[in-house]
Amino acid sequence: MHDIVVIGAGPAGMTAAIYARRAAKTVLVLEAVTPGGQIINTPDIENYPVEAHISGFDFSNRLHEQAKGLGAEFALEKAVEIRDEGDQKVVVTTKGEHAARAVILATGSENRKLGLPDEARLTGRGISYCATCDGNFYRNKVVAVVGGGNTALEDALFLADIAQRVYLIHRRDSFRGEETTVARLKARDNVEFVYNANVTGLVAEKRLKAIEVTDKLDGSVRTIELNGLFVAVGRVPENQNFASVVKLDESGYVVAGEDCHTSAEGIFVAGDNRTKALRQLVTAAADGAMAATEAVRYVNEH
Amino acid sequence: MSVIEVTKSNFDEVVLKSDVPVLADFNAGWCGPCRAMKPMLDELAEGNADYRIVSIDIDAEDELADEYDVTSIPCLVVFKGGEEVNRSVGLIPKDAIAELVEG
Repeated sequence: MHDIVVIGAGPAGMTAAIYARRAAKTVLVLEAVTPGGQIINTPDIENYPVEAHISGFDFSNRLHEQAKGLGAEFALEKAVEIRDEGDQKVVVTTKGEHAARAVILATGSENRKLGLPDEARLTGRGISYCATCDGNFYRNKVVAVVGGGNTALEDALFLADIAQRVYLIHRRDSFRGEETTVARLKARDNVEFVYNANVTGLVAEKRLKAIEVTDKLDGSVRTIELNGLFVAVGRVPENQNFASVVKLDESGYVVAGEDCHTSAEGIFVAGDNRTKALRQLVTAAADGAMAATEAVRYVNEH
Repeated sequence: MSVIEVTKSNFDEVVLKSDVPVLADFNAGWCGPCRAMKPMLDELAEGNADYRIVSIDIDAEDELADEYDVTSIPCLVVFKGGEEVNRSVGLIPKDAIAELVEG
């Protein structure tokens, strides 16, 4: 049996592993894909203390090496269930079972989909969830960004430098993102704002060719011909598999305060999948430290 | 076998005319998920004669990327007998990569 099993090898989970190892607890980190988490999509991190510039991939690698160097074990297995047997928790994965005295949920989040037919098939054939990753495929082409938060605004600004024309489709008539970014977008003559509108249809052959946009106020449908659609409508926490053991809020986040305690004794949460005000690299790492410290205390007392 | 670097000039010979299935990894050096997938592809290629794994740098080979409708990376395309038979976009685990080409 492990002292602590951490589910998810992103910045929160790997920081938790470091703190737990430094408290001399045995740690197994379970990861469904590969250590890193969503930060590996970021080409340049500029807001993490000490390093002025580091790629998300290099950041993840160094964090992984640090955790391994301290003796944390890693296994590439997707956790699908936790059985809470009181003093023992059993984490069930696609490959087996791991018993632990405490568990830290650090599963993070994934891109929210539009939920349209053909969306999955057209991903990578005109639909993208990452403007900085895929923007260069659309040099001098026509693209649309759907969404109204900071990510959507920054994506639109990034694409305005590359693409011939950028439509920004938003379901409301004002933005909740930063005003300075909105002002910079409004100054661009190749950006068109489409307010009070939802993307309701995808028109495609082999590749995406156009989208259908429905006006929320009068119900009219407009077809916009384009080459690429960038979806930036938020993220969804990956907690579905654990809804029966810990309390989630209405959006699916694990309910927990800054102490990272969930509704279940001995199960802690760290990172973007927790209810919190700011989801950043540095707050994910902070959660990892807190959750591990609390998990260590729990293991010592039980 | 290790992963083979492919360009437009040897694409026909190495990919389309291959006797064994080919897993083509469309990637770029600035793409974090692509870099994360590289070690998995190296491991799969090592000591494997059932299929061939090739790497295509989309910045240098934009014509190939365009020809095969690659608009997001990492993008894995499986070719058999010169025809595309399978495709996956985004970072996926090693098991899923193997399944993509082994079917």
